[in-house]
Amino acid sequence: MAMAGAGSAAWAAGDSLGQTVKQATNWTAILMFGAFVIFTLFITKWAAAKTKSASDFYTAGGGITGFQNGMAIAGDYMSAASFLGISAAVYLNGYDGLIYSIGFLVGWPVLTFLMAERLRNLGRFTFADVAAYRFAQQPIRIFAASGTLVVVAFYLIAQMVGAGQLIKLLFGLEYWMAVIIVGTLMMIYVLFGGMTATTWVQIIKAIMLLGGASFMSFMVLLKFNFSPEALFAKAVEVHAKKDAIMAPGGFIKDPISAISFGMALMFGTAGLPHILMRFFTVPSAKEARKSVLWATTWIAYFYLLTFIIGFGAIVLVSTNPQFTESPGKLFGGDNMAAVHLASAVGGNVFLGFISAVAFATILAVVAGLTLSGASAVSHDLYSVVIRKGTATSLEELKVSRITTVALGIIAVILGIVFERQNIAFMVSLAFAVAASATFPVLFMSVLWPNCTTRGATVGGFLGLLTAVVLTVLSKSVWVDVFHNASAIFPYTSPALFSMTAGFVGIWLFSITDNSARAQLDREGYEAMKVRSETGIGASGASGH
Amino acid sequence: MEDKLVQRIKADPDYHTLVSRRSTYGWVLSVIMLVVYYGYILLIAFNRDLLATRIGNGVMTWGIPIGLAVIVFTVLITGIYVRRANGEFDELTARIREKALR
Repeated sequence: MAMAGAGSAAWAAGDSLGQTVKQATNWTAILMFGAFVIFTLFITKWAAAKTKSASDFYTAGGGITGFQNGMAIAGDYMSAASFLGISAAVYLNGYDGLIYSIGFLVGWPVLTFLMAERLRNLGRFTFADVAAYRFAQQPIRIFAASGTLVVVAFYLIAQMVGAGQLIKLLFGLEYWMAVIIVGTLMMIYVLFGGMTATTWVQIIKAIMLLGGASFMSFMVLLKFNFSPEALFAKAVEVHAKKDAIMAPGGFIKDPISAISFGMALMFGTAGLPHILMRFFTVPSAKEARKSVLWATTWIAYFYLLTFIIGFGAIVLVSTNPQFTESPGKLFGGDNMAAVHLASAVGGNVFLGFISAVAFATILAVVAGLTLSGASAVSHDLYSVVIRKGTATSLEELKVSRITTVALGIIAVILGIVFERQNIAFMVSLAFAVAASATFPVLFMSVLWPNCTTRGATVGGFLGLLTAVVLTVLSKSVWVDVFHNASAIFPYTSPALFSMTAGFVGIWLFSITDNSARAQLDREGYEAMKVRSETGIGASGASGH
Repeated sequence: MEDKLVQRIKADPDYHTLVSRRSTYGWVLSVIMLVVYYGYILLIAFNRDLLATRIGNGVMTWGIPIGLAVIVFTVLITGIYVRRANGEFDELTARIREKALR
C-alpha cells in the first residue's frame, strides 16, 4: 500500500505538505535516485523477457516465493506516506503516532486467519476471481472492477500528488515535472515488466527503506547509549507538549470514531485490491501463508522504527536551527521530520539516499496500484464480462497494456490537476471502500453458503456508496474541501456504518433471493468450499 | 471441480476434521486478535489515565510497553497460526488430496 499507501494523521492533514516551496536542486539525491532507476530498468528488461502471457503479467507466473512475496507486500504497505507521515505524527504528538501505526498492523492477522489461503486456492489473477467463483460472472465482476477502480483511483491520486510535492521539496524539481517522471517510470515498469518487475521493484525498495530506517533508528539510539528512557526523557524536555507525548492525546476522540477508524484500517487492509493480487503470485497456500507472516513481521518492525525516528526527530531536528525556519516550524513542513533526521544523523549523502528511497517508494506503490487497476479492466471487465471468457491470453495481455498506458496518463493528469487540493481524505476513503465493499463481498461469498449473486452485488454496491457518501459528508470533504461550516457526518471514519450497510445489504438481498440463479449460487458452495480448503483444482505455478 | 471428486472428498472424515479444526482455530485466533486490539482502543477511549501513568521514576509510561506488546502480539499470533497451518493442517490436506486423487 503505498502503505498500501496509507496516509497518516499528519500527511492526511495535508496542510503541511500543501504548498511546498521548491528547494535548491539536490544533486546527491538525484544521482542516487538515478542509480535506483537504472537498476530497476534493468530488472524491468529482465522481467520483460519473462512476461509473455497474461498469467506472467498479472501474477509473475505464480513463481514468487513466500519470503519474496512477504517483502513485496510489506513494500506495498510501507509507503512514503507511512514513513514520512507516521514519523511526523510521532514527531508532533508522540504516542498518538503509535496508536495510528497499530491500527494499520492488526488487519494482517485477520487476513491470514480468514482469507489468505482461501484466496490462493480459489483465485487466479484478481480477487474478483474469488468473489465471483460460484456466482454469475457479469454482475460480480462489474462490481469488483468498480470497487477496485474507485480504491485505486483515490489511492493513486493521493500518491501522485504526494510524489509531486515531495520531489519538488527534496530534489528541487518542478511539481509537474515530478508527476510526469513518476507517471512515466511507473508505466514502463508495469507495461514491460508486469507483476515480475513490480514485485522486484517493491522488494528492492523495501530493503532500501528498512535499511535506511534501521540505520536512522540505530544512530538515534546510539546518541542515547541505547537507553529508550534517555531518549524519551530528552524528548519530553524539548517538546512543546512535554510529557503529554508519552501518552494518548487527542487522536482517539470518542469511542465511535475510534472503533470506526479501527475497522476501516483492519478490514480495509483485507480489501485492498493491489495487496490481494499479491496472493496469486505464489505457488501454493503454504507460500501464501508464509508471505503474510513475513509481511506482518517487516511491517511491525517498520512501525517500531518510525516510532524511534519520530522521537529522534523531536530531539535532533526540532532543536536544530539548521532544520527549522522558525522555532517549532520545520523547513518543508512537519512531514519532512524524518528527512531532516536523515540529514542530522547521516549528513548530505544519507539525506540523498533517503530522498531517493522516498521517491522509489512512491514509484513502487503507484506501479502496484496501476497493475491492479489494469488487471481489473483487462481481466474482469474485458476478458470475462465483454468477451465472456473467449479472449486469448495474448489478447488479454494487450488490453492490460493499453489500460496501463491509459491509467498512467490519467494518473499524471489528475496528479497535476489536484496539486493544490486537500487530498487528505482520499486514502481514508480508499480504505473505507475496501473495508465496506470489497471485504464484505469476499468474506460472505467465501464463508456464507446462502450468499447469492444478487445479494453480493447489491450489498457490495451499497457498502461502496455508503462509504463514499459518508466520506463526502464528513469533515475532511464537507468542511475542508467544500468549505461548509460543519460536517454532517461527525465521525472520523464511515467504516462502522458503511461496513454494516455492506454486510446487511448482502445478507438481506441474499435471503430474499429466490431466483433460479440463487439456487445455483447456494448449490455451488460445497464444491467451492472443498477447493478453498484443500486447494485441489487450484491453479499451480507457471502454468496458470 | 467435478462433482464425483467433490463427493469423494466430502465423504472423507479427514476432510471434515481439517475443516472443523482449521475453522475453529482461525475464528478463535481472529476473535482473540479483535479483543486485544479493540481492548487496547477502548482502554485509550475510556481509561486514558492508565496508559499515562508513569512506571517508576522516569518518563516512561505504561502506554509504551502496552502499545509495543500489541505490536509484538500481532506478529506472534500470526506466527502461531502459520506454524500450525503449515504443519498439521497441510499434512492433513496432503493426505486428503492423495486419497482423493488416487
